[in-house]
Amino acid sequence: MVSLLCCGPKMAACGLVLSAWGVVMLLLLGIFFNVHSAVLIEDVPFTEEDFKDGPERIYRLYEQVSYNCFIAAGLYALLGGFSLCQGRLNKRKEYMVR
Amino acid sequence: MEKTFTFLQQELRGAGRVLGPCPDSPRAPLAREALRVQEQSEQLAQELREVSHNRASLRGRLRELRQYLHVLREGQRFTSLPAPLGSPPRPRALSEREPILDPSLHQHLDRKINFVAGVIHPWRVSAFERLLWRACRGYLVASFVEMPEPMEDPATGESITWVIFLISYWGEQIGQKIRKISDCFHCHVYPYPESEASRADTMSGLHSQIQDLSVVLEETEQYLAQVLDKVVLALPTWRVQIQKMKAIYLILNQCSFDVTEKCLIAEVWCPVRDLTQVQEALRQGSYKSGSSVECFVQRIPTSESPPTLIRTNKFTAGFQSIVDAYGVASYQEVNPAPYAIITFPFIFAIMFGDVGHGLLMFLFALWMVLYENSPSLQQASNEIWLTFFEGRYLILLMGAFSIYTGFIYNECFSKATVIFPSAWSVATMANHSSWSSDYLATHPSLTLDPNVTGVFQGPYPFGIDPIWSLATNHLNFLNSFKMKMSVVLGIVHMGFGVLLGVFNHVHFQQRHRLVLELLPEMVFLLALFGYLVFLIFYKWVKFSAADSLVAPSILIHFIDMFLFTSNAGNLPLYRGQVPVQTVLVALALASVPVLLLGTPLYLCCRRRASRTSRPAPVAAAEQEPLLEGQEAGNSVNATKEDVESGGPSPDAEHSDFAEIFMHQAIHTIEYCLGCVSNTASYLRLWALSLAHAQLSEVLWTMVMRNGFVRLSYAGGVVLVPVFAAFAVLTVAILLVMEGLSAFLHALRLHWVEFQNKFYVGAGYKLCPFAFAPDAWE
Repeated sequence: MVSLLCCGPKMAACGLVLSAWGVVMLLLLGIFFNVHSAVLIEDVPFTEEDFKDGPERIYRLYEQVSYNCFIAAGLYALLGGFSLCQGRLNKRKEYMVR
Repeated sequence: MEKTFTFLQQELRGAGRVLGPCPDSPRAPLAREALRVQEQSEQLAQELREVSHNRASLRGRLRELRQYLHVLREGQRFTSLPAPLGSPPRPRALSEREPILDPSLHQHLDRKINFVAGVIHPWRVSAFERLLWRACRGYLVASFVEMPEPMEDPATGESITWVIFLISYWGEQIGQKIRKISDCFHCHVYPYPESEASRADTMSGLHSQIQDLSVVLEETEQYLAQVLDKVVLALPTWRVQIQKMKAIYLILNQCSFDVTEKCLIAEVWCPVRDLTQVQEALRQGSYKSGSSVECFVQRIPTSESPPTLIRTNKFTAGFQSIVDAYGVASYQEVNPAPYAIITFPFIFAIMFGDVGHGLLMFLFALWMVLYENSPSLQQASNEIWLTFFEGRYLILLMGAFSIYTGFIYNECFSKATVIFPSAWSVATMANHSSWSSDYLATHPSLTLDPNVTGVFQGPYPFGIDPIWSLATNHLNFLNSFKMKMSVVLGIVHMGFGVLLGVFNHVHFQQRHRLVLELLPEMVFLLALFGYLVFLIFYKWVKFSAADSLVAPSILIHFIDMFLFTSNAGNLPLYRGQVPVQTVLVALALASVPVLLLGTPLYLCCRRRASRTSRPAPVAAAEQEPLLEGQEAGNSVNATKEDVESGGPSPDAEHSDFAEIFMHQAIHTIEYCLGCVSNTASYLRLWALSLAHAQLSEVLWTMVMRNGFVRLSYAGGVVLVPVFAAFAVLTVAILLVMEGLSAFLHALRLHWVEFQNKFYVGAGYKLCPFAFAPDAWE
């Protein structure tokens, strides 16, 4: 079976740290977008027309961005799992007698 | 012995073995043990040399045999073919080379043809041919062919494809000439048997010889490997032992001989607290070496300034090292390091304030601290990594304090956090001003007036209100706040530095300096800049948004204070402000001559007074503690007088009045001008925190925002690389670059603005003997 190991130990560790940070930060960002936080208004891609007829359209935009954040958080969780596997494979390779 | 070790190490390296580190730490050997080590190591080296020599000679022999075999085999090709006499395999002008012989003559001369066969280096072939041709005038036939496999050249060790030559000649003298020529060209000549049968015999004999030799060679290689194994086992321990011996002799060389030439005397500095330990160690050493005379310790008087020893643990070592980097504390001077444990991370955090970045820094340092005992972290060879690792507690505190200041500035990756509801109400303002849609369309920026009831509901409980991150005049507000904060913190820090001088003055018995230096310094600082701090706080407390249109400007008041003028448009802050300010300025100006002339005049008077009375009492008082020590003899217990008084040595009495005055004048000017310039220097706290906030915001706006632009679900996938880029840039720019920059500026503020108020830093460190094997390579 072809070797599943494609990253070195340092790259696996970097990937793990980045994924952990990504999951936590994107989850929190997603939650904050979901509760329509005013501080994040500049990050929501609105147009002029979204400001008519009350805040409902802005709220929908907020929620869409929050779903995107959750998707990205999920993808980072996958990346984290992959990095974890790579890290474990690296550790196993270290212990094996060449 | 070290030469033997080096030789052994070279052999190991040549064989491709690696020498591991010494597993245990052996004791330094006695003289007879050292002899044993020497014998063993020389024995091993001798064995190694013999075996290598044998192996080399065996290899040489094998090579020769192989060459001979090839020569015979190739030569067969020529001599077994009767008709074309010595037709060379290489295309050449045949007419030139071959003598013209018709077959009849060939049969006639066949009996007398002799052969010379051998091997020659390929580069020398053409020269060889030419010389042969010219020398023997065609009475020979030379044929050259390349060897099928390359072989090693014994001289240079590289593998070359040799050329086999076979010369057939007739006549004795030509034979001798040919032999001489081939000697000149460093060819290996082998005897070439003439008949077929003898050739076949020789070849089979060679075959068997080569086989035997290969077997012997294999055995030799195995034996060599065994010897190398022995060396690998024994060498590390020996090296450490010999290094310890060398270290001991080096120290012994630094001792001096006694008058009776029977013992060595060493003059050492030793902490008073450790005196009993030193005695114990000496006693144990004398016991173990079995000598009859005991070593002992005795105090001697000295006028040299002692070295400084500050005991630290793993936590305080980092902070002590950054203080020592500027200058090691003079003997028994006040040490700023314990205070730096808190002030340094705090000043760093003021310039770095961001919750997210502080949290990342804190987690990184926490990982280093929790895994500090893991050998992979401790023994890394990367210098930059080691620098970070040594400062892990520093970084831990810096990160923790940055989280705190991040909450104060209300910044988390440049976004404000709304932990408490904002105190500003836009709805109230909108209702009050009845903003219509047309009004909103034509006015892009709107003002929230705090004077309208309900718009501003009181100060935010902790930190800065999150609404400011949405305001366009965010920086106007923040700049004013941060500048005032920097000035306040700077003056507090400097005042604290001046106060620390109290410890110095009291300890070195210079109480006159308390009144003549500390007091004027504090008066100067507080009358001018302490008053500025007071004005800042007073204005914050007394004035509110209601009278914002007529609020006085502190800056103009401060300038008017020095110029003794007043500005009509600038209302006074409180009643009686002008006379108070006049008094303060007068006090400050009065303190300058006291600072300038106080100490020199006092010292001058004291010297004159002491010259009129007898100088003996002063000297006797200093001698007493030393006499006590000598009376007690060998029992040296630490008492209060035992501690060396490293304060002003008797030399101070001899310096000129002019020198004291000059020194004091420099100090005064430096202090007074420094007060002004250093206060301004603290404004870098504002500048760097502004830079950090702006960089952070730019990074978010230009990088992260692109991830939110797409609204379809593909936006989630796009967000993944965008976030990765944001993370990498955050670490590289905001954590590493800004972190180092803030670290540097915090360090500068400590070294220059804080420490020049009280610190001298002219000492030297106590460097006790420590044995680390690598240091003695």
